[in-house]
Order: sequence, then C-alpha cells, then structure tokens
Amino acid sequence: MKAFVSHKGMVGPMDLANVDTDMIIPKQFLKSIKRSGFGPYLFDEMRYLDEGWYGKDCSTRPLNPDFALNQARYQGISILLARDNFGCGSSREHAPWALDDYGIRAIIAPSFADIFYNNCFKNGMLPIILDKAIVDRLFTEVAATEGYTLNIDLQAQTIVTPSGETIAFDIDAFRKQCLLEGLDEIGLTLKVADKIHQFEKQHMLAQPWMFGAIK
Amino acid sequence: MAGKTLYDKLWDAHLVETRDDGTALLYIDRHIIHEVTSPQAFEGLRLANRKPWRVDSNIATPDHNVPTDFNERKGGISTIVDETSRIQVQTLDDNCDEFGIREFKINDIGQGIVHVIGPELGVTLPGATVVCGDSHTATHGAFGCLAHGIGTSEVEHVLATQCLVTAKMKNMLVKVDGDLGPGVTAKDVILAIIGKIGTSGGAGYAIEFGGSTLGQLSMEGRMTICNMAIEAGARVGLVGVDDKTIEYIRGARFAPTGETWDKAAAYWQTLQSDDDAKFDAVVELNAADIEPHVSWGTSPDMVVPISGFVPRPEDQADATRQKGYQRALDYMGLKGGIPVTDIMIDKVFIGSCTNSRIEDLRAAAAIAKGRKVAGTIKKVYVVPGSHLVKIQAEKEGLDKIFIEAGMDWREPGCSMCLAMNSDILGRGEHCASTSNRNFEGRQGPGGRTHLMSPAMAAAAAIAGHIVDVRELA
Repeated sequence: MKAFVSHKGMVGPMDLANVDTDMIIPKQFLKSIKRSGFGPYLFDEMRYLDEGWYGKDCSTRPLNPDFALNQARYQGISILLARDNFGCGSSREHAPWALDDYGIRAIIAPSFADIFYNNCFKNGMLPIILDKAIVDRLFTEVAATEGYTLNIDLQAQTIVTPSGETIAFDIDAFRKQCLLEGLDEIGLTLKVADKIHQFEKQHMLAQPWMFGAIK
Repeated sequence: MAGKTLYDKLWDAHLVETRDDGTALLYIDRHIIHEVTSPQAFEGLRLANRKPWRVDSNIATPDHNVPTDFNERKGGISTIVDETSRIQVQTLDDNCDEFGIREFKINDIGQGIVHVIGPELGVTLPGATVVCGDSHTATHGAFGCLAHGIGTSEVEHVLATQCLVTAKMKNMLVKVDGDLGPGVTAKDVILAIIGKIGTSGGAGYAIEFGGSTLGQLSMEGRMTICNMAIEAGARVGLVGVDDKTIEYIRGARFAPTGETWDKAAAYWQTLQSDDDAKFDAVVELNAADIEPHVSWGTSPDMVVPISGFVPRPEDQADATRQKGYQRALDYMGLKGGIPVTDIMIDKVFIGSCTNSRIEDLRAAAAIAKGRKVAGTIKKVYVVPGSHLVKIQAEKEGLDKIFIEAGMDWREPGCSMCLAMNSDILGRGEHCASTSNRNFEGRQGPGGRTHLMSPAMAAAAAIAGHIVDVRELA
C-alpha cells in the first residue's frame, strides 16, 4: 500500500451533503475488472453534460460549467473539502480508486460513511474528520482564495492553513501506523497466522457446522 | 455487570485477538463473492502469490451485472451483449475455478442475488460472521448473524487470512412494537425508521431491530429491514433468533443435518440480546403509526407517508438541508407541497436484495391479479431474486398473474436496483421501485427513483401514479 506521511496540496470544494458512491463513480464504470483508470470518470454524472462509459475518451466530452471542480482555479487539486456523510451508499472501492486516480490524496469532511472511510485507508488516502464549524470556515476560505492550499502532517496530526493557523485532527492509531509506513495489512495479519489457526481449532469444536459444508 | 447484546455475543465468539490500539482481528465464517467487487481482490492474491485461507467458507455467484432478459440470458455468458460485462462475469468463473471456490454460475439453479441465495441455500447460518463486497450484506443479520459489507481490499484480506481487521461498533436498538396495519409491510417499517434517524443516524452502530413487530414479521420481512440498515448509515443490522429463523434454515442445501443440526439449533436458540443488555442508543417506533411509505427525493431518508406531501425546502431549518432538498426537488422534477400521490410513474421495478423473495412476489401478485398495468406505464420489471424464487413463483402461478397484468417476468439478478446491465431508466423517468437506493442516477443517468414496498409498486403500476395500496386491496 502507498504510504501517506505528509501532503501539501490545493483544495477543491464539494459543497453537498450525503455525496454517495454512485455520484463519486456511477455503476457503469464498475464493469471494469481493473482498479485503475477511473479518474477521468470521477463524479461523472455531475461533471459532464453527456453520458459516460468505461473507456470513453473524456478529453472531448462537454463539461458541466456549474460543477465547481470544473473551474480553472480548481485544476490540480489534491485535497477535497466535503460535507457530512461523504461516501455513503455502496461498498464499492472504485470510489476511492477514482478519487486516487484523479489525484486526491486527502479528504476533509465533518463525517464520512463507515465503509467508504475504511476503504480510503486501504488505498493510502487520508480521510480527515473536522468539526462542522471548521469545515464551514474552510469552505469560505477556499472560495475566497484562489490556489488555497493546506499542509497536512499525519505524524503530527495537524493541518496548516495558508495563514499559518494549525488545525489538529484525530485518527485511529493502527490506521495511522499503516498509512505512515504504507503497510501491507494482509502481510501483517499473516504474521499472527498461528493465532488464527488456534482460534479456528476451538471454533471448529464449538460450531462444527460452520466447517466443510460448502462443497 | 450488564448483560450482553446479540452483537456483543457474536463479536466475542469470533474474536481472534484485540490489539492495544483498540482494533481487533475478527474471524470470518462466511464470505460471499460476486463478479463486481472481486476481480481486483483475486488479482491481488495472484500478484502476492497467496491462496485462500479456507475455501469452504466461500461461495460465489454472478448477480450485479447479469442480464435478466430471457434471450440475453439463455446462452449463459456467451449471449451477454456488452463485452465488458461478459468479461467481468467470465472473470468470476475463471477466478473461482482457479482458486477452487464453490460458485453457482450464471444459469445454475443456485444462482441469484447474493443476499437472497445465502440464506436460502443455508450458507448463511445463525451465529455466523458473514461478509461480502456489497453494502447490503447486513441483510444476513436477520438470521442473528454479524454481517456487513466490505471493500475489495478487505475481500482480498478475508480470502487470504479468514479474518478482518476491524473495530467494535456501538450498539443501537431500534424497537418497533405493536401490530402493523393492513397494507403496511417491513419495507414501510424500515423506510419510516430511516426517515426518523436519517441516512447517517446509524453510523458507527450495529443496529439490532427488536420489539413485538419484528417478532411477528416473516424472515423475508426481517431481511428487508436488515438489508436497509446501511441506508441509515449502519453497516450492521441484526435480529435475534427465534423459531422462525431456525425453520427458514431447516432443510436448506448447506445447512447441517441430523445430530449436528440439533446441536446447532440448540446453540442458535441462545442468540438474542440479554434482557439487561445495555444499548448505547435506543429508538422506538409504534407500528400502528406507520403508514405505507414512499420516497420523494434522492436520499433514502427523503421519505413521507403515503398521505403526505412533497416537502418544501423553505420549511427546512438549516441551510445545508434546504440546499439538499432544493437540489433533490430539481433533480426529481418535483415541486414542494404537492401530495405524493400526484407523482406520475413511467416504469416499475419489483426486485432487488431488498424485495425479491417469494413473499414479496406474492404481495405484488395479490395486487396485480385480475388487473392491468396503466396505459401510461412504459414497462414493469418483475425480477425474482434467485432461480429458486423464480421456480417457486412459477409453481404458484405468480408469473402468469404478472404477465396477464402486462408486466415483464424476468431472469434472476440485481437488475434495475443498480442498473449495471441494460435494465435502466431513461432520463427524467419516474420509477416505482422496491429497491433500496434513490440516489441521483442510481437506476440510470437522470432516472428518478421512488422507493416503496412490492405491493405499493404493483399498485403504482396499475394506477399509473403513486397510490395508497390500501385503496386497491
């Protein structure tokens, strides 16, 4: 997995609550058996005026001028500022894959949907939860300042704004460690394979019907 | 010391280890695999030269992206028109063959929507931990399972290690008591719950659904309710085990038999929350207050009782909500203040992991019987959840009722719930749908979804607009 230690990047706004995974990457793109190449289709339905499908050349598609991230000033963003319950809906990991492929390294919101939040970490992407009031203020600052950038330091768990203000954030220790070191979670779990085998033995005695039935 | 909740018990029974940082390694009994969220996980296994930890815990079937049209389905994978889809379904077959995983292929009798076949085949057993790369995995919680959706990286993790790295959720009890009125179903109960607690109300919680109403509901009804826990933000929904739970499993293909059955059933009978269990949050509803519900907007909490009106954004308290409501109304092509029964319908979808089981089809057929679909309706898709459901429905003659009413009787799959295949809404079309999500574009770009029960959807097909099913019954 990709590591995330610190990141300085330009911020783009997604000013809508309950942005669901169908908005992030519509279902027609889920037909792909790959995990890359979804970036051009991120927010497809909101971003373009025509209908998209996997493999469609996006360079000539008509852009929706009302979609904030289409504005020239937000080209090249790597931090997404979002509203409550971002990533609700399906478990599709294509959502963080699409954000990652687009160039997003961190997402800031007052809250995230559980599965999406979890999926971000598996892809070296940092979802940051901040108080609603702070997020509101960041939206105002982003709108007011072209090229608004934030400096995120995961080790210190801080975000520094252009004015030099430092905002602290919380993160679960295990996830932080995995991100900082870019750890392979499967490899980590397999280090305790003995424990899993031991558990499995007891479990087989307690609930033998869970074993060997599916043939 | 306070007693344990059902979730606590299931958690404790599968805990391999707890780490200092609060995360835990949880053992997984059942892993259900489908074609959309698994190819990248199998590819990951191959690249790392890893093998599945325990093949007999896995079961696979294609459902999300299979055609439901008879002609496109009859040749199996070879007749799938869309090449990308054909490759995806073929890839599942190839991966299952390569890794030795039991799969019900596209036209096998065991094929169907993952959350329909799990319980009906006895893959899902009470007390199990069940995961699947699909957020509606909470459905299996109706059997007293700890079941939830996972992402593709976790699909790979479960395949390789039989475990998940996870953190314990909080406990919420949603208690529904009393008798449901005529024409009011499990779907109306869960829509009312989501309307009450919102789409993030359950975030971070495992929701146990309890109370006398749940006890009265069939297993199909309980599955409908647990299925939509995720629409309230909760990954896990569950219901305690009772005799109905055990009877549903008895005789299923992969269920235990003989002495093992007796031992299993005795254990399953213990799978309820203790009377003195402590929940972090409790929500109560009175069944008698619940009317048939429909959604008007683009989020599953944008619901109203059938006697209600499409809300006006200006009546909402905060600015984000006003903005969200206005956007939803614009997308849906609706004006605030109109009765929901004024909403005209173009297409109807009866199916999905929420409502495609035999009881759902019986309820829809009871309304359709002897009636005709309104002339303004372009198409009615009736999509059974599995081959076994389809066979049972045909045995009961339900297919003929639907066909005589002017509806389309189709092959099993997820179909227009997520519209990955060609079952899709046109731009601006309103759909009365028994599925679980009314997100923008969910059933096709520009499509407008109204969530409701199977009986209500059938009634809308007959009336041509959203209608109170109790007027037709």
